[in-house]
Amino acid sequence: MIPGAGILAFGFFQNALLSAVLASIACGIIGTFVVVRRMATLSGGISHAAFGGVGLGYLFSFDPIVGALLFSIGAALGIGILKEKAGQELDTLIGAVWAAGMALGVICVSIAPGYAPDLFSYLFGNILLVPSGDIQLMAVFCAVIVGIVSVFYLPLQAVTFDEEYARVMNLPVTALSLLLLLLTAVCVVLLIRLVGIILVIALLVLPAASVREFTSRLPVMMAASVCLSFILSLSGLVLSFLWDLPSGATIILLGAAVYAVALLISRPGKARWRGGIRTGRQSPQQKGQRVQ
Amino acid sequence: MRPVIEVRDVSFGIRGFSILDHVSLEVRKGDFYALIGPNGGGKTTLLKIILGLLEPSGGTVSVLGQSPEKARSRIGYVPQFRTFDFSYPITVREMVLSGRLPKNRFPWARFSPSDREAAERVLERLGIADLARRPIAALSGGEQQRAILARALVGDPEILILDEPTVYVDAPTEVQFYTLLEDLKRSLTILLVSHDIGVISRYITRVACLNHRLYTHDSSEITEDMIEAAYQCPVDLIAHGVPHRVFKDHPGGGGA
Repeated sequence: MIPGAGILAFGFFQNALLSAVLASIACGIIGTFVVVRRMATLSGGISHAAFGGVGLGYLFSFDPIVGALLFSIGAALGIGILKEKAGQELDTLIGAVWAAGMALGVICVSIAPGYAPDLFSYLFGNILLVPSGDIQLMAVFCAVIVGIVSVFYLPLQAVTFDEEYARVMNLPVTALSLLLLLLTAVCVVLLIRLVGIILVIALLVLPAASVREFTSRLPVMMAASVCLSFILSLSGLVLSFLWDLPSGATIILLGAAVYAVALLISRPGKARWRGGIRTGRQSPQQKGQRVQ
Repeated sequence: MRPVIEVRDVSFGIRGFSILDHVSLEVRKGDFYALIGPNGGGKTTLLKIILGLLEPSGGTVSVLGQSPEKARSRIGYVPQFRTFDFSYPITVREMVLSGRLPKNRFPWARFSPSDREAAERVLERLGIADLARRPIAALSGGEQQRAILARALVGDPEILILDEPTVYVDAPTEVQFYTLLEDLKRSLTILLVSHDIGVISRYITRVACLNHRLYTHDSSEITEDMIEAAYQCPVDLIAHGVPHRVFKDHPGGGGA
């Protein structure tokens, strides 16, 4: 028995466990897409924009998580549509949305009357303080993510693998990209309770990136990162309970350590695989080849 | 008979710079059409317009009698080698099967047994059946190129469009690749882009030089005039002095 197993009896611990399961399922699936499609900073932008919604929630006294959901969905679709229609660089849009969301949140919180309870847990998460109402919301989000990804799995894979070819095959590329952004926004809000707005980006990326080194199939990568996310959140939960550490930060640091170890283990094999093969990552041609 | 690909007076520019200047081109059924020209001459741009990925600023394009957007699911496309990430976790079979997606009537449909058979057939034909379970990251350059070709062929296209297909493979692999294409030529119309006119010349039936404007000749012969006009430098500099040797005795010459 692990020390402190008695905590299982507490209601808050059962909530924490349940939220860890739900968050891991969502984050394993979406994190896989985030990693293979290189949307890490994009999801960072989406999560930080959510703080604007949290701030509005404090100011006008509605549930901050509802504000977070609206703002992250708005940020995700806004970035996706502006990139498509206004021809803006993704990088620029992410930077703008990221900081503007935070700025709005800070201003709202500062002019909101009185003390802002839980503010720190929105920023950095606290798995031990997830209320029962939020668990139900998380379950709904998780069901949405699992349902949509399993229905649209093949086209989503095609678009994330080779967007141009997907377009040639007449798949609805823009709609599928927006769908993926939407799911990322939902996933980000789901994870806020666990690790907070500022750390979400790492929980999305680290498990998927760690297992990627050991698999060459997308479904396997998803399943493995769900498992790894769960192990990480559970360990973070136990450690934070035993040693009184902030749970979000503990989970992320564990994740970073696992990622480092994964890289150390996998590198020799990778070098053998790719030795002499030019991979898609270092193209001498790409720079000069926007259109030509 | 109506050309399979008909490009009429197409122009395209970016921020005031002209990339294509009133280009007209006809590819007929059964052609193995080579589009050559220097880097930056607009070859890939023209292909993207034919595929409906770019909108021309002037002129019209029809493919198989339809707009490019409508016709492109009947085109097999071999993009320039690195348009996607080769470290993406996907096996050769999965990648090839993805070429059958246009056949799915609904986005949630899964691959049918006939899709899987088509994939096995094309893998077999291109000699990469034993690589089906490999991740694409673990293939050599030539194998990767065949896998990309397999994805283009698995949907039974009527036209095959290739963009610099052999830039990243060595010379023997390149010859193998073109022998393969020559075999496919019997059932397909092929449009190929290359900046290298040496190796392809013996396989093609028609050729044109593109350097913002299109310079054609009504056969597979590449003339010095065309090349000089297109490249604007002495022929032997870019053609390794081969035109006289390679281009003359082509059996398909004059088959326009």
